[in-house]
Amino acid sequence: MSPLTRMASEPIVFLLFRSCLLAYVIGAVLALAFTRQQRLANTLSFSSSCLGGLAGIVASSLCLQQGASPAFDLLPLATVFPFAVKLDPLGAFFVLLISLAAVAISIYSIGYAAHYYAVKNVGALAAFFNLLLLANTLVFCASHAVFFLVVWEVMALAAFVLVSFEHEDPKTRQAGMLFFVMSHIGTGCLILGYLLLYQSAGSFRFEDFHLLGTQLSPLQRNTAFFLFLAGFGVKAGIIPLHVWLPEAHPVAPSNVSALMSGVLLKSGIYGLLRVLLDFLGTPPAWWGITLLVLGSVSALLGVLYALVQKDLKRLLAFSSLENIGIILMGMGASLMLSSFGQPVLAALALVAALYHTLNHACFKGLLFLGAGAVLNGTHTKDIEKLGGLIRRMPKTAFLFLLGAIALCGFPPLNGFVSEWLTYQALLQGFSATERLVRLNFPIAGALLALTGALAAACFVKAVGITFLSLPRSPQAERAQEASPSMVVGMGLFGLACIFLGLFPQVLLRLMDPITQQLLGTSISPQLIAGNGWVVTALGASEGSISTVGMLSFFLVLLPLPAGLWWLWARKEKSVVDETWDCGLDRLTPQMEYTGTAYSKPLQMVFRAIYRPRRQVQADFAVSRYFTQSIRFQSQIEPTFEKWLYRPVNHAVLRLSRRIRLLQAGSLSAYLFYIFVTLLTLLLWERTR
Amino acid sequence: MTLLPILLQMVLALALAPLVNGFIRKCKALLQNRRGPGILQPCYDLFKLLRKGTVVSQHASWIFRVTPYISFLTALMVALMIPMITTVVPLSLFGGVIAVVYLLALGRFFVALAALDTASAFGGMGSSREMTVAAIAEPAMMLSIFSVAITAGSTNLSQVVQTTLQHQEQFLSPAHILAFAAMFIVLIAETGRIPVDNPATHLELTMIHEAMILEYSGHYLALIEWGVALKQLVLMTLLVNIFFPVGVGSAFTAASLATGLAAFLAKLLVLALAVVLVETSNAKLRLFRVPELLSVAFILALLALASPFIF
Repeated sequence: MSPLTRMASEPIVFLLFRSCLLAYVIGAVLALAFTRQQRLANTLSFSSSCLGGLAGIVASSLCLQQGASPAFDLLPLATVFPFAVKLDPLGAFFVLLISLAAVAISIYSIGYAAHYYAVKNVGALAAFFNLLLLANTLVFCASHAVFFLVVWEVMALAAFVLVSFEHEDPKTRQAGMLFFVMSHIGTGCLILGYLLLYQSAGSFRFEDFHLLGTQLSPLQRNTAFFLFLAGFGVKAGIIPLHVWLPEAHPVAPSNVSALMSGVLLKSGIYGLLRVLLDFLGTPPAWWGITLLVLGSVSALLGVLYALVQKDLKRLLAFSSLENIGIILMGMGASLMLSSFGQPVLAALALVAALYHTLNHACFKGLLFLGAGAVLNGTHTKDIEKLGGLIRRMPKTAFLFLLGAIALCGFPPLNGFVSEWLTYQALLQGFSATERLVRLNFPIAGALLALTGALAAACFVKAVGITFLSLPRSPQAERAQEASPSMVVGMGLFGLACIFLGLFPQVLLRLMDPITQQLLGTSISPQLIAGNGWVVTALGASEGSISTVGMLSFFLVLLPLPAGLWWLWARKEKSVVDETWDCGLDRLTPQMEYTGTAYSKPLQMVFRAIYRPRRQVQADFAVSRYFTQSIRFQSQIEPTFEKWLYRPVNHAVLRLSRRIRLLQAGSLSAYLFYIFVTLLTLLLWERTR
Repeated sequence: MTLLPILLQMVLALALAPLVNGFIRKCKALLQNRRGPGILQPCYDLFKLLRKGTVVSQHASWIFRVTPYISFLTALMVALMIPMITTVVPLSLFGGVIAVVYLLALGRFFVALAALDTASAFGGMGSSREMTVAAIAEPAMMLSIFSVAITAGSTNLSQVVQTTLQHQEQFLSPAHILAFAAMFIVLIAETGRIPVDNPATHLELTMIHEAMILEYSGHYLALIEWGVALKQLVLMTLLVNIFFPVGVGSAFTAASLATGLAAFLAKLLVLALAVVLVETSNAKLRLFRVPELLSVAFILALLALASPFIF
């Protein structure tokens, strides 16, 4: 049978999946082919990636409904290198996630990239965007370690190029390099990890890695755990491996930030799930505790740092750390529960983590796209210069608010469902064991509550200072509403947030094959009750929510206050007048609360963590009470950079200076090195 | 008949919420050797405000106008999700205690946004402070609720009350008392009472909640005030009913409703008196001392969870 006829007889899933990948390839090629006609390159390339995303959505949802597909070679002709690809439920879930993001972000990009015309090479942006989508999709379904590492690397390089797209700014170049270095440290750990697995499996195929952990010695197993945790942790942005993230996200073009935050970070989560649950088998409890602690720390510190940012995109980047932390909490709980022999509860925690993974892609994608629209409309992302945008960019403002509500986990949107599931997993985990370690669960739950409350404060600030009250600068006053395609892109994410919030049963059913694959149990029949409208915590008596119920009841109750108004106050006049200006001339933007002032009380409450430093310089005439000019500078200590990265950095530099002695520049010395190495190797081989 | 419990509880909550406020104000006045307004005064205020026109800032957006509705309706919905006089909770399937906390947070989120909407400095100040206090109060509240929910093995409030009713010997267990104390501190903070906030002041530099709603007037203000009163009632109900569910009826019959109502009112009365005593015997704390008070609540709740291992 020729490869082509074999391809034709494949099930529809493969066909769709191949066309998804092909669309990304075509998109990249078209973009490069038309670099001169930027408008054409933009439209063709991003439309192509949008179509690819649509095909990916269908393929992955079909796969999730049908269960695992057999492995297949992506390019049947190539025999030298294994392009082994397998769409199993876990991979398909992440393909679903990236495809959703691809559709929305591609549509947005058509409008967004327009402002680069004649300034930057739009073709290159579109090409590498498609390449990133292609590589990242392949990461989720590669089933051969070498192939995985190759696409992993391509993904990192494409992301590096995209982050440094606006490379004229030295800050961008610096952020790009930081991402490059961190990413390769991670890849190094992954290579070591896979080699370790290869040692005992004797093959690089993922099938042979399945439940390999049972054959490893505890030392090997734990080493593998830490190598993969570090390798994937860098990509996911787990604190303290997160330093690249708040630098890279703000400087990248906003559509790229959305893709990176929504999807690229999730490749780290995917990798951890794949390795921990598929390869290494039932984990010891302390792995789970490690993840739970790392997750709690990431969530709390992420939101605390987000709270004090002035740069809107940097704020969102730190908030990504928070959400990665929440996902890790679910994963950690799942590992712990699975080690306690509670597969059903472990599945609940896993479902919570996966649900939050998809949710985060939707609302953080939306928020980054919204920040991009603000940046595009006002040419600034400093929230102290924004304000009043709700009148000038009403659609963006509404969608950004929607994303913020979803992120804060308020009902009835999607963040609520996943956070609720996480709470349930943590609460029920407490009863799963009698040992003292069970205290981890409610403490993590309380930290989750603290994180949630701080996230609410953070996003009141982000939304309120950016979009409400008076514009604080001329740029904000002249702000322009985003173009239609950008609004549609954001709107798609917004719809996803609403859909995932109101109809959780759809996604919960799709997750059955994943929990079946990884933990051997499917829990959606226990989770879904009331004809699909109620989500229960494995049983209605344990607790339940119905987001649709809440929303419809809200609408049912609405006539009560509205009716009271109609009855009594409808005929009273409603005056629109100025806000009280404290008796001064008139209200100016200077009197408004600033973002810095907004987060100041929390900065003081958590000063042990922030270690804030401030400098006030005032020039005054006559007396202290008549200030002529005042300079205020305030900053928080970059703890991890100062205490972890700078010492390591210095040590590496010092070491490399020592090693440079070897590189003397004399040819005969180099020949001598080669000779000695050869001799040593021969002797070593001889004695073995 | 499922409509009857909903209507009954709705009417009860809507009527009782301002009355509790009136009662607390009256008792406070008596303790301060004043006569004070009648218990019904908050109801008269609401009634009057509801019939008034509004003044809206020209800088305000639609958020300012929808916020009163969201704040009022989330509070009312929450009032229907908790057991008051019977364990038959009207909307028990829609969400348990976590949904209650998050719905209240949603209302607060919008009020805090609306405070920023009018471009006044007071609004920003109040909003920032309210979110700060809430951020520290919420984990303590969650943790103390967890300790009860874990004992009951459920976050469904009707289930929690039923389980606690069956184990009345636990009322005096250390876990129970510690969690109750934590929750009481949270109640003081969340309802903006002395020593955290002073509900009777419009003195600009110390106010938290009042600063946020300074720009509201007319029926908008009425809805916000009513919502706040409902939220206070909800928190007080949670406190009395999940920790001491004595007398909560287990069936939906006239007799059980009557005893349930009597017990509920009696418990509310005692709790309100406790709040009055705390308010009268304390001075308002400096804003940056409030976190210390709330971290005490957090530690107490943590001890409540750990107490089975300690005692």
